[in-house]
Amino acid sequence: MDGVRLRALKTAFPYTVPIFAGFWFLGLTYGVYMNVLGFSVWYPAIMSAAIFAGSMEFVAANLLLASFNPLQAFLMTLMINARHLFYGISMLDRFRGTGRKKIYLIYGMCDETFSINYTAQIPPQVNRGWFMFYVTLLNQLYWVSGAVIGGLFGGMIHFNTKGLDFVMTSMFVVILLEQWFKERDHTSAWIGGGTSVLCLLVLGPDQFVLLAMLCILVLITLLRKPLERRAAA
Amino acid sequence: MKMSLLQQIITIAAVVLGTMLTRFLPFLFFPAGRKTPPFVQYLGRMLPLSVFSLLIVYCLRHVSFLQSPYGLPELLGIGVTVALHAWKRQMLLSIAGGTLTYMLLVQTVWA
Repeated sequence: MDGVRLRALKTAFPYTVPIFAGFWFLGLTYGVYMNVLGFSVWYPAIMSAAIFAGSMEFVAANLLLASFNPLQAFLMTLMINARHLFYGISMLDRFRGTGRKKIYLIYGMCDETFSINYTAQIPPQVNRGWFMFYVTLLNQLYWVSGAVIGGLFGGMIHFNTKGLDFVMTSMFVVILLEQWFKERDHTSAWIGGGTSVLCLLVLGPDQFVLLAMLCILVLITLLRKPLERRAAA
Repeated sequence: MKMSLLQQIITIAAVVLGTMLTRFLPFLFFPAGRKTPPFVQYLGRMLPLSVFSLLIVYCLRHVSFLQSPYGLPELLGIGVTVALHAWKRQMLLSIAGGTLTYMLLVQTVWA
């Protein structure tokens, strides 16, 4: 490995440590879940690598147990993963000039990877493209290895992991704070939080994300003039 | 299992296709060679903060604030995370502190 890549890997790794904890736990849970549903280890292995979108993989397991309906599976996936559209729009400029790695960066852009690649303060002497590449790759490795180990040894794990999944909540809180400190105007954070809570109250935990996204989009569009003025002020 | 192996492969492929479409679509619509419309650039600047708030609400979506323990473990876990981060600005420390607080609370106080 040449110096540029090694330096990028060394810079990227610490950012991914909390995700290692969270993904190993959730990946293990996913592997165990698949195991309990009666799938061999190949299913969590292949699905975690190919789909690489946590919540969707749990849903996909249930789709495999229902009757065959690929169109419904496709449409459901679009709805559950629609938030990726927001990530892509936010990364249009940041992925520029990353060469062939760009395809993989887009392919592996899950919630956690996006959050780190968007907010990380990458030192100027570190290659940005390789940094984001290693964040994406490490995160995917954590997730897939967790799922495989869970699928293989799921029944044998006995240590009290209750509450470990909170590591993801905590990480998103830190990422929000980092972005909060970085930006002068916080209106969009309030818009996101407020609409999400309202939609959650109205539609319940399984349905609210899509409507919340729509409301965020509409509000941010309507408030463009004042928001741009405040950001520039 | 009701499905044949081929049907399972098609179902997984449909999910992969749907996921990849949501990830690649913005890049297909606004290729790097051409200038991204100002409105889309504006969205790219404004959406992340609101999405991070959305993700936190999403993580807490199953927490019941009306029944004991009234979301207290979550609120305390987040409180410790925020306090540590405002104090030290060390990502790993803040996350570890918040998570350990939460684990301790749900395994002992509200077990």
